[in-house]
Amino acid sequence: MMRFIAGRVLYGVFTLWFLATATFFAMHAVPGDPLASEKAVSPEIRRNLEARYGLDKPLLTQYGIFIGNMLQGDFGISFTQKNRSVNDIIREHFPISAQLGVLALLWATFGGVVFGAVTAYYRNRWPDYVSVVAVIICISVPGFVFAALAQLAIIGLNEAVGKDVLPVAGWEAGSFRHMLVPSLVLGLGTLAYLTRLMRSSMLEIMDADFVRTAKAKGLATTRIFWQHQLRNAILPVVTVLGPAIAGITTGGFVVEQVFAIPGLGRYFVQAVQQLDYTVIMGTTVFYGAFLIFLVMLVDILYGLIDPRIRLAPEKLRQKGGPV
Amino acid sequence: MSTPAYPHDWFARIPAQAADDLPVLPPESYWQGVWRRLRSNRRALVAGCFLLLVLLFTVFGSVLWPVDPAKQDPGILSRSYVASRTLPVAFPDAWQVPMVEMGEPVAASELLAPQGLQVVSATTDAVRLVWQPVAGATNYRIYRMEGRGKGYGIPLAVVPAQYTGYQDRLDVHAQPYRYTVVADDGVDESAQVASLSVTPTAVISLLDAQLQGLVPEDAVSTDREWVVDLPSHPLGTDSLGRDMLARLIAGGQTSFFIGFGAPLIYIFIGCLYGAFSAYVGGRVDEWMMRFADFVIALPFLLFMILLRVAFGIGAGESGVAALIVAMVLLGWPMAARLVRGQVLQLREQPFVSAAKLMGAPSYYLVWRHMIPNVMGVVIVSLTFAIPGAIFTEAFLSFIGMGVVPPVPSWGSLCNDGIQSMLVHPHELLYPAALISATVLAFNVLGDGLRDALDINLEARS
Repeated sequence: MMRFIAGRVLYGVFTLWFLATATFFAMHAVPGDPLASEKAVSPEIRRNLEARYGLDKPLLTQYGIFIGNMLQGDFGISFTQKNRSVNDIIREHFPISAQLGVLALLWATFGGVVFGAVTAYYRNRWPDYVSVVAVIICISVPGFVFAALAQLAIIGLNEAVGKDVLPVAGWEAGSFRHMLVPSLVLGLGTLAYLTRLMRSSMLEIMDADFVRTAKAKGLATTRIFWQHQLRNAILPVVTVLGPAIAGITTGGFVVEQVFAIPGLGRYFVQAVQQLDYTVIMGTTVFYGAFLIFLVMLVDILYGLIDPRIRLAPEKLRQKGGPV
Repeated sequence: MSTPAYPHDWFARIPAQAADDLPVLPPESYWQGVWRRLRSNRRALVAGCFLLLVLLFTVFGSVLWPVDPAKQDPGILSRSYVASRTLPVAFPDAWQVPMVEMGEPVAASELLAPQGLQVVSATTDAVRLVWQPVAGATNYRIYRMEGRGKGYGIPLAVVPAQYTGYQDRLDVHAQPYRYTVVADDGVDESAQVASLSVTPTAVISLLDAQLQGLVPEDAVSTDREWVVDLPSHPLGTDSLGRDMLARLIAGGQTSFFIGFGAPLIYIFIGCLYGAFSAYVGGRVDEWMMRFADFVIALPFLLFMILLRVAFGIGAGESGVAALIVAMVLLGWPMAARLVRGQVLQLREQPFVSAAKLMGAPSYYLVWRHMIPNVMGVVIVSLTFAIPGAIFTEAFLSFIGMGVVPPVPSWGSLCNDGIQSMLVHPHELLYPAALISATVLAFNVLGDGLRDALDINLEARS
């Protein structure tokens, strides 16, 4: 087990290093120049600025400084937002994204497990048909369409009631009203995907030998459902939690934009559009570390839950692809 | 010799003529079986037909609807439907605004309503109003109300009191307006107002007609009456007056180009990689798969952004190439794993061993056994990869990182449309519906194909 965990950790560290290096060199391959946005400055001031940001040193030295700073958790200062360090930006805006993401993940996992189990239980009856159709629609409709529709629905609701039941957009720290709809929209795609997965896994379990044995022993249906079926069927759901978290993180970029939520995703997109080097590098590495850490955690967790994984890691781990 | 456990005529040779009478199923190849199963799946069939229609729409649409998706119809912005029209061309003529001497200023409360307010001419090019001077006014304020609503409407202009006429050229449409003219003393306006309703007649201004190439540059109004035919916009126009239908067709071409291009390339690469890995086996296989796992772990969006930067695609520029390269670079491991697994499994199959035993050369094994058997899985993963790619394109374009306006794609059209979603829903509705329906159809078709390719599924049920 220790070897398995060590392997996973090493793997994560390597991926992270690769990501950081790729980010660094990609940033420096850009024809644009981080100081180009400064209004015409005299060569001396320019030299000073370059020295301030370390841009006058050779590439490898800059790389060394970059990695060194990163190891100390220092991501530098934003080029476009004066006097704001990347750490400040992350510290200020990431918690908002995280709150939204965690809530979305909660909706998605709970909803997915419950709907999946219920639909499998009602196989080939109307709840099953309804949910199968709903799932395929939710998987096929892009998140921003749902976000737009949700906003329209909120406006309609507010007009029907005559007062602001839910805010159409915006964010207030700690306000659940502002989080509710965006997090639901954010979790919807993953919810649908997990429902589908849970349903097929549940269907498989329901035909398993040990379930038949349990029935033959005369166990109560509820006990079979909770103890034998649900617990076993949940296992595959754990495997896809890694990709699910990645999906929710990137999905957050859209939701934060549509609902005007000041999360890190929104700042990241903005930084890319403004070519704010340090913010892009810092947030990329931060996001990368975050995702890699969570995926690693999920892998280890799964290894703990299911010993088969440690022995044959290839068989059960699957799924991937863009986004 | 003991009695056999089965009737002994089971293994007796059947006489030649009797064989014809036996109820045998017509011989069916694997792919014939797949096609038969797919045909019997009504949902998948409908989805397939729909996809065919959408494909025809995007490929041949620009032939049937040869409207330039970039051409603007400046008079017609954000309309949900525009019929074809024949309009006279309005030539600009110098209109003299009537002028009078300005009197001594008087307090607003004592100002009267302007008398004799009337329309000189009303076309969508310009609405011209004149009125009698009001004694003591400093300015006149002109308001315009769309339709028959209450109030004055939007303030159009404040004209100094020596002018007693006004020409409204602010985005005039052929619809009822109510104009209100109020005199003011420079600070407050009078409570006495004059107003009138008018519906301008539709015309096209000379400049617009010339921009659209409908009227020669040297056209003169004295030659003859100029009348031009303007095209219809069956699905309306966007916020810049471009034809929605043409943009949807052009956008579909971009979306499908990415949606088909990237998956075809990366699944092909993945197949080669996976097959090679499985074929070589051992240490090499282990390292190759470890590398594939590593690539899968890279976060796609971050990588995509890095590639855009590395490609030198600045903010607000379209990066179709970067998009495809990013998808290919990160997409192949999925297919590679799948194919590797299949090949490893197939290698152990008795029929492969049998073929080997009979001395089949390796090209025969690959051609006859490996490729056809792997094909099914590959096709299914392709039908799921295509909507995935269309989705990714839409997502990236939506956050302004894929295809960026003015290049249309379904995603960038949505991005355009969402900004005016509340006022002009059609601009978001059409592209969003097309993306959703196409992805839905691909998913349904993919499910159907997967079931049809699974020979065991039929046997089980």
